[in-house]
Amino acid sequence: MDAATIVRSVRLPRQPLLRHLPVALVAGAVLYVVTLRLSSYNVYQVGEIAAYIVALVGLSLLTGANGQISLGHGAFMAVGAYTMALLMNHTQSNFILELAAAAGVAAAAGLVLGLPATRLKGPYLAGMTLLFALAVPSVADKWPATFGGDQGLTTTVPTAPGSLSAEEWLTQIQIAVALVVMVLVANLLWSRFGRAFRAVRDDEIAASLAGIHVARTKVMAFAISAGCAGLGGALLSLSTGVVNTGEFPLTLSIQLLAAMVLGGTGTLIGMVWGGILLVYMPQWSTSLSSDFNLGAGANAYLATIIFGLVLIVAMIAAPNGIQGGLRWLWGHRPRPGGGGTAVPVPAPTVD
Amino acid sequence: MRSRTARRIGAGLWARALVAGSLGLVLGVTLLPATADAASTPGVTSSSITIGATVPLTGPAAPGYDEIAPAMNAVFSYVNAHGGVYGRKINYQYLDDGYNPANTATLTRKLVLQNNIFADVGSLGTPTQSAVQGFLNAQKVPQLFIESGCNCWSNPKYPQSYGWQPPYTVDGKILGAYIKANFAGKKIGYLSQADEFGQDVVKGLDMQIPKASVVSRQTYDAATLAGPLSNQMAALKAAGAQVVVLATIPAATALAMLPAAVIGYFPQYVVDSVGADSPTVGPLLSSFAQKGGGTPAQVAAASGLLNGVITTAYFAPESDTANPWVQAEKNILQQYAPSLYAKSGLDGNTQYGVALAYTFVQALQKAGKNLTRQSLLNAINTSGRKFVTPGFVPLAYSSSVHFGFLGEEVVKLQSSAPPAVTPTGSWIGGVAVGPVQVTNAGPGPIKKYTGPTSVPPKNLSSSSSG
Amino acid sequence: MSLFIDYTLNGIANGMIYATLALALVLIYRATKIINFAQGAAGMLTTFIAFSLLSRGLGYWWAFVLVLVIGFAMGAATERILIRPLHGRSELNPVIVTIGLLVVFEGLAGAIYGNASRGFPAAFSQAGLRVGNTTVAFSHFDVFILIAVLALMAGTLVLFRYTALGLRMRATAFSREIARLLGVRVGILLSLGWGLAGIAGSLAGLLVAPTRSFGPYYMDLILVYGFTAAVIGGLESPVGALVGGLIAGLCISYVGGYLGSGLEPLGALALLMVALMARPEGIFSRPPARRV
Repeated sequence: MDAATIVRSVRLPRQPLLRHLPVALVAGAVLYVVTLRLSSYNVYQVGEIAAYIVALVGLSLLTGANGQISLGHGAFMAVGAYTMALLMNHTQSNFILELAAAAGVAAAAGLVLGLPATRLKGPYLAGMTLLFALAVPSVADKWPATFGGDQGLTTTVPTAPGSLSAEEWLTQIQIAVALVVMVLVANLLWSRFGRAFRAVRDDEIAASLAGIHVARTKVMAFAISAGCAGLGGALLSLSTGVVNTGEFPLTLSIQLLAAMVLGGTGTLIGMVWGGILLVYMPQWSTSLSSDFNLGAGANAYLATIIFGLVLIVAMIAAPNGIQGGLRWLWGHRPRPGGGGTAVPVPAPTVD
Repeated sequence: MRSRTARRIGAGLWARALVAGSLGLVLGVTLLPATADAASTPGVTSSSITIGATVPLTGPAAPGYDEIAPAMNAVFSYVNAHGGVYGRKINYQYLDDGYNPANTATLTRKLVLQNNIFADVGSLGTPTQSAVQGFLNAQKVPQLFIESGCNCWSNPKYPQSYGWQPPYTVDGKILGAYIKANFAGKKIGYLSQADEFGQDVVKGLDMQIPKASVVSRQTYDAATLAGPLSNQMAALKAAGAQVVVLATIPAATALAMLPAAVIGYFPQYVVDSVGADSPTVGPLLSSFAQKGGGTPAQVAAASGLLNGVITTAYFAPESDTANPWVQAEKNILQQYAPSLYAKSGLDGNTQYGVALAYTFVQALQKAGKNLTRQSLLNAINTSGRKFVTPGFVPLAYSSSVHFGFLGEEVVKLQSSAPPAVTPTGSWIGGVAVGPVQVTNAGPGPIKKYTGPTSVPPKNLSSSSSG
Repeated sequence: MSLFIDYTLNGIANGMIYATLALALVLIYRATKIINFAQGAAGMLTTFIAFSLLSRGLGYWWAFVLVLVIGFAMGAATERILIRPLHGRSELNPVIVTIGLLVVFEGLAGAIYGNASRGFPAAFSQAGLRVGNTTVAFSHFDVFILIAVLALMAGTLVLFRYTALGLRMRATAFSREIARLLGVRVGILLSLGWGLAGIAGSLAGLLVAPTRSFGPYYMDLILVYGFTAAVIGGLESPVGALVGGLIAGLCISYVGGYLGSGLEPLGALALLMVALMARPEGIFSRPPARRV
């Protein structure tokens, strides 16, 4: 037996958890080493990427696996961020508990929104989530005494152990949480719940005939994805240091959706690309536009034009996103009927 | 023979390991490590000073405010053209945060950690700058001359942070005192922005105006400002308010006056200086002038709506063309920011930028040839009150007070006053209707200011050739 | 009581504006089952073009008509170039493309025209109408808006229900393959649908600009509330767009007036949730039958 055969004969266990865990651990180790070598600003950005990944993973689950479009995940990020900030400012809780509470309260909000959402299709659901994204921050504006008003609520990172700098410690926390969430969601998608999500996405009637409780499945998907978004929002607020309604405009929800689609709807690794895009795209487009030397104001707008063009071109050229493109390169042609990543095209309805 | 499942899982393993590993590689490669600045004072070399700021250049908050940073840059270009400060040229890097505090947090960290700025000068916004106040102070980076009237910039917990414009509460107190003196017995109504700006102005107003006179308090939310504030104005009219105080941004000033004009409601308007600059508000009101088709004839009706508006000013307005500061500001903009001047001319925002930048230049000069962050702060704390500025009162800086201007005069916009002429048209000017007054941002008294105003030096960078 | 009347009139005035944009969204949805998030921004861009024409001295009504034509062309071109290639793929792709287009339009307007405050003329006087000896919170211009929206809605209804062209458009939306087999020129009709929506969007932009602060972002919230109105009324129904607009405008006005302006989005959300709980496909849409 030669080396190649030995290597090829290594089989990962069948159980998803034991299969995903080594990958996560390897990635974690690599990232740990990488973050120690980066400058503080880049470390900060890696942390931001990790926080966005957490939120994007939830969105990918909701839209890719379960077929529900949400234009309001920025609002769930706000719920999570404010929950954590309020706990930090008014109680002496344990940090992990605060993160869990952020995810939990956001998941509860997802439950509340997911219940009426079960009856809604495509654009109708999009409309409701869009308005939700607008309404939630306005609630915080209405009661500035509780929610910090213009100055916002401050968040504090737990003290770093040993010789780690504060930025490195925060980024490592964010990366760790992102890896944990990715493993958990990956397992979920491989489990019977994931199959239920996909079954409901592909054909609700067939799924209910097969014994799946459609409404419960959809609400569960909504709640879990909202919880992820809340957790991501809480992590991001640790980077920013302050929670303020100005951080959650409508454009945030739109950007999350765009990043998810560009990364690859329904995939998890694709959300890494999405996170990188969210954090680096503004910088790239700004530096690209400054080459045109039109003056600061026009340059700033040129940067947004570039961003918009990227969205348009990417959607027409690579509709399955970056991860879809990578998979196609690697040879995973889409199989009919299973594990697909695309949101189905609505069937024609009788008028 | 290996089963198909096992082969697929095996392929999957390699794929995933490859992806995870390349992920780390990609991250390591694309994130170029920044060069750590080994210099003792970041942002300062023998030939340059690098400063930065975050301002809204795009987005709904940008109109008007995007003119300030380029106007500041005009002053720095002027100074650089005359040898800089002690031979150091000022390099001003202002980035667009779109008024989103999350962007401000990221961009400010980029400026400090990657671009190694010496100081953050002239960044804009209360929520945006509050988001980075802790970070900048922890990093001991001066957060100078924040473009916001929040009371929070003079805080002993944050010694690196300095305000510049009068706090909103000062506006409210001085306007309130004028109303109490001149409109006693009349019914007063407020329309304020539902955030710190509006609340601080109202706080100042309430310190002066008796509560019983205020018949209606309306608010509007800046983030969801979708259209005319018709409901608020209808409510003010229904309450019978004869004097309406507007604590509004320029867009909202217009969106308040327009629907009021539609229902034939013309109260006495008292408008905070933030939202009262006539070249900024005038064009927004011009649409009311047009009836039917035809070319816009803006001045008469727009000026008609603004005629009689009471506001405040803390430096000579653009319409005061005889004032030497106004002339100096115009000259600098014409020469060193010609495209900005051609587009906006000398209006409230460009005046603000020129004045603020010149304050910073003097701080640099006073900080001396051996420029450090601490020497800069010391210069402001000890010499700030002697700086030469267009203001009616001197700056109030000391080691315990980090507010800039604490005094203003009440101004009335009148069609008989010389107009403010900009490239967009000729806009109503104002006259002073009271003395210059000083007060603090708390419940202190208002006192008249009788000291001198300063004149711009002939050569603005006279002591810099070093 | 007079305050209630004022709130009602304001609600109607705003509601008409939301209805105009809702009509544009309905036109596109009926043609291609897509929500065009760039509709408001397209209207904004054409209004900026009108502004340029007006400042060069062109008469108001000439600019008005010209800009409607430009809106038609922009809509048709968008469909042909950007949306047609996406047919048959995921439902999300057109969403992202139209969002990208929205960003591009706003960036273009900002880059070309800058941020400076400016006003835009109204077609008619903006002074309130005089009823008896009081001035009402409804101007001549508001009456024009009302008439324009009603005309647009009537035109759309007639088109879809009573003309052969409308029938062909409905067939195309139902199933392109079947329509093509029946000899319908599918491509032209799709572009036509988007072109008509472009006209509605341009009209919305022109009607809204005089009463707002005219800048690259002034149509953003109109799009959100217009979308709300369309969803409430039913994305396939022009009448629904008008009714939805009225309901949304009135509700937002009452919530803002009686409860405070900060609660308007929450009020709109509550309205939407109530409407959709009662009729998940909108008030005027017929629930679709599905093949099991």
